[in-house]
Formats: sequence, structure tokens, C-alpha cells
Amino acid sequence: MPKPHTPLDLQQQAATLSARGLSLGYGDRHIVEDLSAELPAGKVTIIVGANACGKSTLLRGLARLLKPSAGVVQLNGTDIHKVPTRELARELGILPQTPTAPDGISVSDLVGRGRSPHQGWFRQWTAADDDAVAAALSVTGTAELAGRSIDELSGGQRQRVWIAMALAQETDVLLLDEPTTYLDLAHQVEVLDVVSELNARRGITVAIVLHDLNLAARYADHLVAMKGGAIVAQGAPGEVLTAELVQEVFGLESVVVADPVVGTPMVVPIGRRAALLADAAAQRLSGLAGAATQELVQATKGVQA
Amino acid sequence: MSVLDRATTGAWVRQQRRAPRRRRAWLMGGMGVLVFALLALNVLLGSYTVTIPDFFAMLGGQTIPGASFIVMENKLPQALLGLLAGASFGVAGAVFQTMLRNPLASPDIIGISYGASATAVAAVVLLGVRGAGVSVAAIVGALLVALLITLLARGRGGTGLILVGIGAAAFMQAAVTFLLSRADITNAQELMVWLTGSLNSANWERVTILSVALLLLVPLLAVGSRDLRGLALGDDTAAGLGFNVPRARLLLTILGVLLAAFPTAAAGPIAFVAFLSGPIAKRLNRGEPSLPLSALVGAAIVLAAHFAAVNAIPGTSLPVGVVTGALGAPFLLWLLISSNRANQGG
Repeated sequence: MPKPHTPLDLQQQAATLSARGLSLGYGDRHIVEDLSAELPAGKVTIIVGANACGKSTLLRGLARLLKPSAGVVQLNGTDIHKVPTRELARELGILPQTPTAPDGISVSDLVGRGRSPHQGWFRQWTAADDDAVAAALSVTGTAELAGRSIDELSGGQRQRVWIAMALAQETDVLLLDEPTTYLDLAHQVEVLDVVSELNARRGITVAIVLHDLNLAARYADHLVAMKGGAIVAQGAPGEVLTAELVQEVFGLESVVVADPVVGTPMVVPIGRRAALLADAAAQRLSGLAGAATQELVQATKGVQA
Repeated sequence: MSVLDRATTGAWVRQQRRAPRRRRAWLMGGMGVLVFALLALNVLLGSYTVTIPDFFAMLGGQTIPGASFIVMENKLPQALLGLLAGASFGVAGAVFQTMLRNPLASPDIIGISYGASATAVAAVVLLGVRGAGVSVAAIVGALLVALLITLLARGRGGTGLILVGIGAAAFMQAAVTFLLSRADITNAQELMVWLTGSLNSANWERVTILSVALLLLVPLLAVGSRDLRGLALGDDTAAGLGFNVPRARLLLTILGVLLAAFPTAAAGPIAFVAFLSGPIAKRLNRGEPSLPLSALVGAAIVLAAHFAAVNAIPGTSLPVGVVTGALGAPFLLWLLISSNRANQGG
């Protein structure tokens, strides 16, 4: 049953997506085992972790792209594998890690395909679809690209167009798998700004898999850290993101300081080069100190004489 | 700063989406006129010229001595069969090429058309089947080969499927050649059609069977083209947008196989038509695949090739597959060179 049309900027009942006892894998390879988690309703959850820790697998499981070998994923209390896939697609959107664009497709056509779950045998393209596409283009700042072919766009523009497609789907839950890959820092911030503004405006529940810890700390309401297919820590970034956690999850020594702009935790990695630099600084310091002592000795001698 | 400070309205989006549609409508109209012109060319001109008033008189049921038989029992069914077979091959090719995202993935390259030929020839030579039974054998053969290729290429992706299919095609062609060498001379003459494809033995029965079969597939095609637009986004995105990916793949595979098998049963595996039509339609449509346009391009190729085949050498009617085959090879080379340069297929 099609739900009534909701424009992008309408606040609505926030949706909850939760997993209970979830086990996921590919063939015989188990990646996530017996995991339980809940995406806080109407908040932005960011999932971080080292490469191959199962964070993308978890997101695919939450988006029903991967059938669990055990456990359930529930959207507002209903098992997502018991809902017809098109009906679910009106509630739950996913942008995969590296989506493939069909040859020669224009931006407006691609964004329009986000409307496909809202169409069916008896419901063709309507003015509501036009409005949804317009809003998605405008929110992501891709309206001026609408007539262009996807092949002509830069990486950053293309990523914004994909996000526009996911937004045109007008779902209550939006899952994004590394939406900032291949983007420069300015575009990374821009993409996350778009998502967080959208979250603030519509109160949609968002989950993002992200590599950059500092951006994760800045944009997450709820931070989930994963290791070896399990959740190691979760909660508000300010409480969760500590040097110990970074050590445990990434095996990296770091210092966590307050972000000078907004005060969220900021991870400053130490690394081997830091030791070299510190050594050099120490030597310079001791050199300076040596010179100072000499001067002092000279001065003392002068006084004595 | 508000996120909605650009005045992008639904009406503006509608306008943006309309422009390419209008262009495609013009393109389809143009191709339709071309196909009709080629149809008329085949019926009216060539080895035996008929005037337009005479033609309509014959269509109205009037008998003109000499002309009636040639036009009504020979030229018209040949041209109509060519139109239908070309359109069907064109769509079959475009379905596979778009689904597997590779211009090499057409049913004539991956052995499906030759699977139909091989079983048809086997049915004639080994079992002595005649008439409609041969067509049934061809269709069953195409489905079996498609099943076999899919099973063998399981888990190897689109490229794996194409490689397995090319192997299967070579094997099927060898089987046809072997069976032909065992057939007696009268059979062999008739069976030659299964090697290259020919419209020369067209009759009204074949035209009727093929048109009914294709009419039955049209509703499936409507569902299939929707699914194809989804699958073109990649499996994960398609699933996220609510497409049932395994079901869509199954439907499109069956559809593509049948669209290749029916015309093969009626006119043989007219070489390279399925392979050529999709990419040409795509080029015309500014890089976007289109099933209806592929159908028109396929029909145009077969009709043009048939006219050339019939009239190239006076006194001899070459099989249409000889001409399309001669067109296909350079196109394959061009495709390889140009796709290498642009770093993308077709």
C-alpha cells in the first residue's frame, strides 16, 4: 500500500531499525556473529572500525541486501525480510559503497530512479514524483547538473547525485555506506552537512559507515565502533571516543583532544614519525639548553673574575 | 543557510525530464519510417518490380497473374519475417547486453542462438522431425543451452558467463557442421538455413507463428524493461530500490532466450543481428540503452541485409545471414577499438 506523499522538509514520526542476534556472512565465511544493536530513532548513527571489521556487512544486513544466517532485523518492530521488497524500499533506503551508473544516463533521470519503489503497475510518474526529485536535487545542490550526463561529472558531483537519488526515495531510514569515499575534504564535509541538515529537518533515522574518525565524532549523535564483527563500544562520541578505544579498535596510539571548533573529540594519531620528530625536537632543545648553560658558565666566570 | 534556498520546482524537473524523451520519440519515429521504407523496398523492388497500385490490389485479394504468387507467397512473407525476426533478435541482444553490462553478451555470441540451431538440426537429422516440431526443438535447445551456460558460469560473474558462452557457441557450431555432414543431400540443402539464417524459405505459417509468439511476449517485455532499468544500477542499488533482483534476472534471462529462440526457429540464427542492434541503438540514443529502438534497428538491419542478399548477385538469392555476418565482423573490431579508447563497453 503506498504511503501518503511526504515532502522532504516535513517532520515525521522517527523510525527505528534494530538488529537482534544477527549473524551475517558470505557462504561459509562468518563476518558478523550474534550482534544486537539499535539505531536511535531520528538520530545520526555513524559506524567506524578498521578495514574488514564487518561494518559494511552490518549495513548490508540492516538494509536486507544480505540475508542473515541467524537473527532478525526489525524496522519499527517488523522483520524486514517479511515485508515485500518494494514496500520496504519506501521506508528504508540504502546507498551502496560504489554504486554503478547506467551508461549515458542523465542526472535527472538517475535521481528519478529513486522514485521507483513509489511506482507500480497502476501508479505511474506523477507530480509528487517531480516534487520529490526537485527537492532532492535542490538539497544536494545538484539542480544545475540536472540535464547533464553522469559520465561528465566529477567524483564529488557524482556522489552528491547518488545521495540525491537516495533522498528522492523519501525513506524514513537512510543507510549510507562510505558516502565520502573518493571525495576531497571539502566535499566530504559538504556531503555530511547535507545528510545532517536533512536529519534535522525531517527527523529521519540515518546510519553511515565512515572511515574518518574526526568527521564521525563531529557528525554522529551515536557512534558505533566495531572490531572483528562485534560492537566494541557505542554511545555519544564525547563519551565513547577515547585513546583507549582507538588503540583497541585500530591498534593505533593516539591522543584524543577537544576539536577546537565545536569541542567534539578529535583523534591525533601518534605513529612512528611522531617519535622521530620528538627526538629531533628534544635534541634541538638539549642543544639550546647546552648553549644556555655555556653562556651561564661564561657569565658566572665573568662575575667571578 | 537553508538547504532549500534554490527554487527548484517540480514543474522545472518535469521540463528537464521531457527534453530527452521528445528526442527519443523523434528518433523512434525516424527509425519507424526507415523500417517501413525498407519493408516496401523489399516487397516492391528488386528482382521483380511491382507498382504500388498493383500491390494494394493484391492485398485486397485481387489476383494478378505472375505477380501475385511472387509477391504474396514470396516477397511479402519474407519481408515480414525479416522484420519480426530482426526486431526480436534486436531486443534479445539488448536485454542480455544491458543486463550483463557487456556488448559481447548477446545471444548469438554466447551460444544461445546456436543452441537453437544445433537442436533443430539434431531433431531433423537424428529423429526425422519435420515442420513445427523443428521449431519446438529449437526453442527447447535454446533454453537448455542457456541453463547449461548459467550453471557452468555460476559465481563467475558476467565475464565468466560470456567466456563459457563463447565456448558453448563454438561447440554448437561444430555440432551443426558434424550433423550436416551426416545428413542426406536433400535434407542438407534445407538444413543450410540453420548455419547462417535465411528468409528464403519464409511462408505465412512461419510469419503467423512468430507474430503470435512475439505478441505473447510483449506484456512480459513491459515488466522486463522496468526491471532492466533497475538492474542497470547494480544489484545492491536495485535491491535497495525495491527490485527483486533474482526474480528480475530470471525473468529477463528467460525473456532474452525466448526472443532469440523464436526467430531462430523461424529463420535460423541470422548472424550478428542481436549483437549489432543494441549498441547501434545505444549510440543513436546518446548512450542510453533502449529496447524499442533496438527492435527497430534490428528490423532495419535484417531488411537491408535481405535486400542486399537477394539482389547482390543476379539470379542467386544469398541467405541473409551471409550479409549480416559480413557486417558483424568489422563491427566487432570497431567495438573493441572504440571501447578500449573510451575505456567502456559499447
